[in-house]
Amino acid sequence: MKLTLNVWRQASANRAGSFVTYEVSGITPDMSFLEMLDVLNEDLLTKGEAPVAFEHDCREGICGSCGFLVNGKAHGGHKGTTICQLAMRFFKDGDSLTLEPWRAKAFPVIRDLVVDRSSFDRIIQSGGFITVPTGSAPNANAILVPKENSDTAFDAAACIGCGACVAACPNASAMLFTSAKITHLNVLPQGQPQRDQRSLNMVAAMKEEMFGTCTNHGECEAVCPKEIPLEFIGKMNRDLARAVFKRRREPIPVSPLVQEAMQK
Amino acid sequence: MAETAGAEKVHSGAQAPRAFTSNPLITLWSTVIGKKIVMAVTGAVLVGFVIAHMVGNLKIFEGADAINTYAHFLRVVGMPELGYGQLLWIVRSVLLLSVILHIIAAWQLTLMNRAARPVDYKIRANQESTWASRTMRWGGVVLLVFIIFHILHFTMGVVGFQPGQWQDLAVYQNVVAGFSLWPVSAFYIIAMAALCLHLDHGIWSGIQTLGWNTQRNQSKIRMASRVIAVIVFLGFISVPVSVLAGWLK
Repeated sequence: MKLTLNVWRQASANRAGSFVTYEVSGITPDMSFLEMLDVLNEDLLTKGEAPVAFEHDCREGICGSCGFLVNGKAHGGHKGTTICQLAMRFFKDGDSLTLEPWRAKAFPVIRDLVVDRSSFDRIIQSGGFITVPTGSAPNANAILVPKENSDTAFDAAACIGCGACVAACPNASAMLFTSAKITHLNVLPQGQPQRDQRSLNMVAAMKEEMFGTCTNHGECEAVCPKEIPLEFIGKMNRDLARAVFKRRREPIPVSPLVQEAMQK
Repeated sequence: MAETAGAEKVHSGAQAPRAFTSNPLITLWSTVIGKKIVMAVTGAVLVGFVIAHMVGNLKIFEGADAINTYAHFLRVVGMPELGYGQLLWIVRSVLLLSVILHIIAAWQLTLMNRAARPVDYKIRANQESTWASRTMRWGGVVLLVFIIFHILHFTMGVVGFQPGQWQDLAVYQNVVAGFSLWPVSAFYIIAMAALCLHLDHGIWSGIQTLGWNTQRNQSKIRMASRVIAVIVFLGFISVPVSVLAGWLK
């Protein structure tokens, strides 16, 4: 199989980038998309050119490292698939593919197809801790969790933080990601003590990192390799409303970002 | 926690002083999701209004007396506890406040969304969004222009009529005279098409924002939203179409 690739090349974060066209041949249908790029890179190295930089680690669709747009679709646009798991059999000989990195203010391009996603880490950090007993291992089933809730938490925890939701969103919103992280802990008994401050802090962090907001297009849901549903965004919205409207006997600890707003 | 590079950017509340919510509504407005909730709630008020308005309009097919009496009823309802037209003004105030909040929230969120992607894609393919969802912003602008025109036109009679042609509470005669001008009817129908698109995405979107959507009922909510949008569209355009066709004289 022979392909024409139109790849975004950018030497570093503060250099201007542009699309460069490459021809790649000898691609077999059982190769993964990243293996196809490996072939291209070997070719480039032999010619003495800089290889195309892209992020990858497990290549089994569970680490969340890889991801870029193929012809305008995050991870290539196949349901529940990361780009590393996308097989070349979905492409035809002679196809022309445009590869572009995630584009968002919060995801600056570091090099070629690699973006800095540490804004996601900071959203997770803003969620803070959960109070759990330390010391000897607790009895299994000491805290009972309804099946439905444990399933919901598990579905939410499936988020690998690849950033495809932000990339596909017309508003570059991180609400699907944040909602998965919030829902994961907010539906479990272990997440209850810090539930409200977690909701307030993480939503404020999302804004601070310059992500956009949800307009319910559903583009994120369509490209999410872990098929996180839009439903979780609704759950997050309710958790935020709950945190804001709850009448309290004692003030709760919140990040300075939230505090400013709460004391107006 | 170990001090790492960039640790000053952590927004954790772990060591932060504690805070009460002094005014929950202000706190809600300060969050991005709060603005979405404000849009959903004000949107629900406005959806309720357009449905009631559409049903009220259909009284025109019962004849001049029916709709003119209905217009009078809207002003005397609530009497004697309230004065003439006072309940109507209360409703109008709520609607005006809803429209203002809806627009301010939309404006602020749109600016944030634009700022969130300073460099656009060369190619970005839409996969799940609809034409309705992508035209919300400009459709909203069309509706704002229409609402201003509509109030100046039928409610106040200052545009679109010959001097002395518009008469207060003579709804039937005003509507027939107003819609007899085809550009007025055409603009009305275009604006109602924009409303139809706005509702198709807006009703479902509001329900989703308020957290009543689940994976199981998502397709039903989207269908219900579309059905309401189409019914409202057909109900509203039935009046100018009937006037232009000569069924209402």
